[in-house]
Amino acid sequence: MQTLTAVMGHMVGSLINLTGPGRYIHWGFIQISVANLVVIGLMAVVFAAAILIPFRRHGSRD
Amino acid sequence: MTTNTETPTDTATALPEDADQLTAKLRRAAVAALPPERLLPDRQPAYVASWIYVFGVLTLSALAVVILTGVVLAIFGPSWWHSSTVGLFVNSLHLWSVEVFFFTMVVHLWGKFFMAAWRGRRRATWITGVVSFIVSVGAAFTGYLSQQNFDSQWISTQAKDGINSTGAGAIFNVTNFGQMLMWHIVLLPLIVALLVGGHVLLVRLRGVVPPFAPTDHTAKATEADQASPQEIMVKGDLS
Amino acid sequence: MTTAGETSAPRRGRRFNPDRDVAEWHGKYLPYDLVKEFLIALVVVTLLVVLLSVVFSSPDDHPVTVRSWSTAQPVDFAQTAITELDGTSATASFGPPYNATDPGATQSIGPFSPERWFGVHHPIDAANNYVIAPLQTLPDQPALDAAITTYTSAPSSQQANWTTAYEKAVADAAFAQGGLKVPSGAYGPVAPMISALTSMARSGALDDALLSSRQFYGTDYTKPLLFIADGTYLDNLGQAQHLQGSQWGMMNETGNYPGQAWLWLYTLWYQVPPMKTSSNADLQVWAIMMLLTLALALVPFIPGLRSIPRRSRIYRLIWRQHYRDIS
Repeated sequence: MQTLTAVMGHMVGSLINLTGPGRYIHWGFIQISVANLVVIGLMAVVFAAAILIPFRRHGSRD
Repeated sequence: MTTNTETPTDTATALPEDADQLTAKLRRAAVAALPPERLLPDRQPAYVASWIYVFGVLTLSALAVVILTGVVLAIFGPSWWHSSTVGLFVNSLHLWSVEVFFFTMVVHLWGKFFMAAWRGRRRATWITGVVSFIVSVGAAFTGYLSQQNFDSQWISTQAKDGINSTGAGAIFNVTNFGQMLMWHIVLLPLIVALLVGGHVLLVRLRGVVPPFAPTDHTAKATEADQASPQEIMVKGDLS
Repeated sequence: MTTAGETSAPRRGRRFNPDRDVAEWHGKYLPYDLVKEFLIALVVVTLLVVLLSVVFSSPDDHPVTVRSWSTAQPVDFAQTAITELDGTSATASFGPPYNATDPGATQSIGPFSPERWFGVHHPIDAANNYVIAPLQTLPDQPALDAAITTYTSAPSSQQANWTTAYEKAVADAAFAQGGLKVPSGAYGPVAPMISALTSMARSGALDDALLSSRQFYGTDYTKPLLFIADGTYLDNLGQAQHLQGSQWGMMNETGNYPGQAWLWLYTLWYQVPPMKTSSNADLQVWAIMMLLTLALALVPFIPGLRSIPRRSRIYRLIWRQHYRDIS
């Protein structure tokens, strides 16, 4: 844990550093961060997966 | 006043004069509406067979983690996470559980919308869900305001314009850290808990909404044709 | 009392409406362990959250202080300070809930102006709170005290002459050898006041003066925050982090962190006319969002909207096992 963490300023202990300048996508009048786009995209994918992936039940949930 | 020294242990042996008590009435109403086997059922209708159904409980779980991590942050105070690596980690847990909470809640919302889950006297379930969502947005907002860093400075000085325009800024002062923190850790969690609790109890009360009838998609909204009168009118229960 | 399996029938006289009513279930029930499901969900969510926290942590950008602002940009600080003194700053001209400037920046839709109706509840007298009173806390400054007295006892027209002249000139000021260097002009007592305030800010004493102006234990940062926000330093930091309203900033977080994606619709309205250029944009967008939120809550009552699920037929995917079973 020690080696992963730095305390000063806005350095944060993490494996992937997200504190750099944000990346943004401009599409027409829409401006969205890559991070938010990933989150929204994941939501759509997860929703589709949730309704498409079979949920097997044979009298018991196991 | 009864002179019988034995205390009845269940409603079946309750003394007649107890029946008018508010306590007795409340208990009877609660037990009638949600007997134990309806409060914690061990079966569900066979149509509950899709992964979309787990997003409600995932949202609840995420809320539990939000609250738990919030409790830890509360134990050590609002500036702990700025000077402690453990504190920063707990803050991260709190932030990411909020992201997961909104993620699963919106997927749950989409699922419930496309199932038209308000059908069959389940409108209150839908409404409490939507209101929970809105209040949660408010709870998250006050959380962002409580960070005591650049982000909270920015959000407060920007948001004040919108909130002041509605007049709410006269009371709800986003630049008042103490006030925003108390809304975030006392008032809004209480309201969210009450709303979510009510929402879940309503699901238990009404049951999970049944599917559309197979020919429903062809029906015009005002035609009464799919359900037979017997189907519509007969009462039923889970047993 | 309606129980779970009870009728969901239309009331007498109402026909069955598949978007509002549903035939209750008489079919099979299968075992379903809710508590086990909750525990599994809890473990899954906890593991996911721990993973995200270990991998990404969370942002914590240092706050701006009046000290850091005036140290980084003393000229911008001085420019802001003079607008507080002469009442032209955003805070000084805001209107309710900070001051009674009328109409100020008060927003309205037609005659509807709740901001004005609620009135002043967090009074800020910019000239006194941000300039005069803090300067008066500095001890052993006879020349400064004299300048303040000269200013406060002058007629308002004279004050305006001084502040207007200074405001024009300070835009071309420089900060050198520990002091503001403003092109010479007839500023009266204003120049030494703003100079002294700048030094006070750079020492950190102004942060304390603004916070503890009423009491030792402060938790209300309204005064220093509004002062900082009146300058361009905080604004530029926000711009750099893509947090401005015109940058859809409401949805965003500092750095590359995901922000508040759920605010997408709220911030979208600021990007479209007429809200995009309206001075009443905030109130207009709030009004729109209140209506849309109400519509979302009342979907079950809105014909057309409530028939989208049935017409879109996505439910056929969700319940395909059920439809197979009953066919």
